[in-house]
Amino acid sequence: MAKRVGIEVSIACAEAVRLANVDVVPAYPITPQTHIIEDLSQLVAEGELDAAFIPVESEHSAMSAALGAAAAGARVFTATSSQGLALMHEIVMLAPSLRLPVVMVVANRALSGPISIWNDHSDIMAERDCGWVQIFCENGQEVFDLTLVAFNVVEDERVLLPIMVNLDGFQLSHMIEPIEILDQEEADTYLRPHKAAFRLDVDNPTSMGPVGLPEYFSEAKMAADMALKGSKEVVEEELKRFGETFGRHYNVVETYKAEGAEVIILTMGSISETAMSAIDKMRTWGKKVGLVRIRLWRPFPIEEFVAAVKGAEVIACIDRAVTFGGTAGPVASEVRSCLYHLPGKPAVINFVAGLGGRDVTVDDFVTMVDRAQHYLRKGIFPPYELINIAGEEEKEAESA
Amino acid sequence: MPKETGKTRWQDLPIGFMITDAGNAAEYHTGTWRSQQPVRNNDRCFRCGMCYLFCPEGCIHRGPDGYFFADLRYCKGCGICAQECWSDTINMVEETE
Repeated sequence: MAKRVGIEVSIACAEAVRLANVDVVPAYPITPQTHIIEDLSQLVAEGELDAAFIPVESEHSAMSAALGAAAAGARVFTATSSQGLALMHEIVMLAPSLRLPVVMVVANRALSGPISIWNDHSDIMAERDCGWVQIFCENGQEVFDLTLVAFNVVEDERVLLPIMVNLDGFQLSHMIEPIEILDQEEADTYLRPHKAAFRLDVDNPTSMGPVGLPEYFSEAKMAADMALKGSKEVVEEELKRFGETFGRHYNVVETYKAEGAEVIILTMGSISETAMSAIDKMRTWGKKVGLVRIRLWRPFPIEEFVAAVKGAEVIACIDRAVTFGGTAGPVASEVRSCLYHLPGKPAVINFVAGLGGRDVTVDDFVTMVDRAQHYLRKGIFPPYELINIAGEEEKEAESA
Repeated sequence: MPKETGKTRWQDLPIGFMITDAGNAAEYHTGTWRSQQPVRNNDRCFRCGMCYLFCPEGCIHRGPDGYFFADLRYCKGCGICAQECWSDTINMVEETE
């Protein structure tokens, strides 16, 4: 029977990986992913998980070993963060092209510099266009649930792509939360047994990862793009089936009091819970504010997103990474681009918040909503704006 | 994958761009890259096999008469054999066609 227990989110994540009965875990420890990997190595050492734990010498090797193991037909899990993800980058790009299913948890942390071990989304946004399925968790229960869902998604023959399950470093990874942990029997009712769609086999030799001459390269990229776009349907199916099995329902885009809202706060990840508290507060003041949260970041759920923000006047779109000198943060640039051609579209005011572990508070959300409305009234549309910055108090006071 | 048979529809590519027929590199005739070809004057050749050893393409073979020759289907015309040859047997000559 499933038990609701107080457990650190990283440990719950490792428990989901144990329930998925993975074969190979190649990993290199990095804050704040460490507890996930530490716990898995212990589960393997104690015989609780029958897997090969490969303590590799770098993240570049971790992803290389992950792809090698997946190519040999194994169910593979790894996890990383920040600089580790950046070091992996070369091999991260390769995984979707090889169509090898790997589940990787990314405990999101700022990229240096200055050196920071704390949470933002600059690490994952640098990997945005790598062709992986990418999903963002809001709380510990979601981390446990979506880690399980991830295995079914990537091993579906219609997908066969790697997936990154994103959870906010420290804000989620190190929190102790009440989480319903499934037992093996329950997990097995949902999880499909592992079966590799294809693998290296001496009796049927194949070459993986050959050179793509100009005559083939574009078609190979088209195939990878079509596979990623097509994965949305499978993600939706798997979330639906998970909901039907365990009663916890997830969608690719979530809303909170968004119906009829004039201002939409747009978030990804754990700050969404604070945003909901802020919305409750602002609603008592009569402000028509709602939340839209993107859970599935890649492939971007264009139709679901557009439907969720329909009728709003302005979107306060929050980015957790800076696109230096660009036109908008990574989330806002996607959002503006899918609204651009639509008549009666809401304005998009882009705030960059919560960098390198800075808390985004209820008051910050109130400020962002006020400023979004202020800019809309004044007809000012800055490309993006960092908020809560010492030295910018005068500007921030304008909209208060 | 590496055939020179025009374009393949993306739908028809093997999953993960895998090569599923082993040893098909032989079907890719790298000789089409060549702008110069090695021409031999076997009167000078003492059959040492340096050209055979140095050929990066592995396209130089030894004939029944003991002399070496390049398989022009694969020879890229790099000229390494001519450079390494001890007896100036090999000259690189511009392709005319």
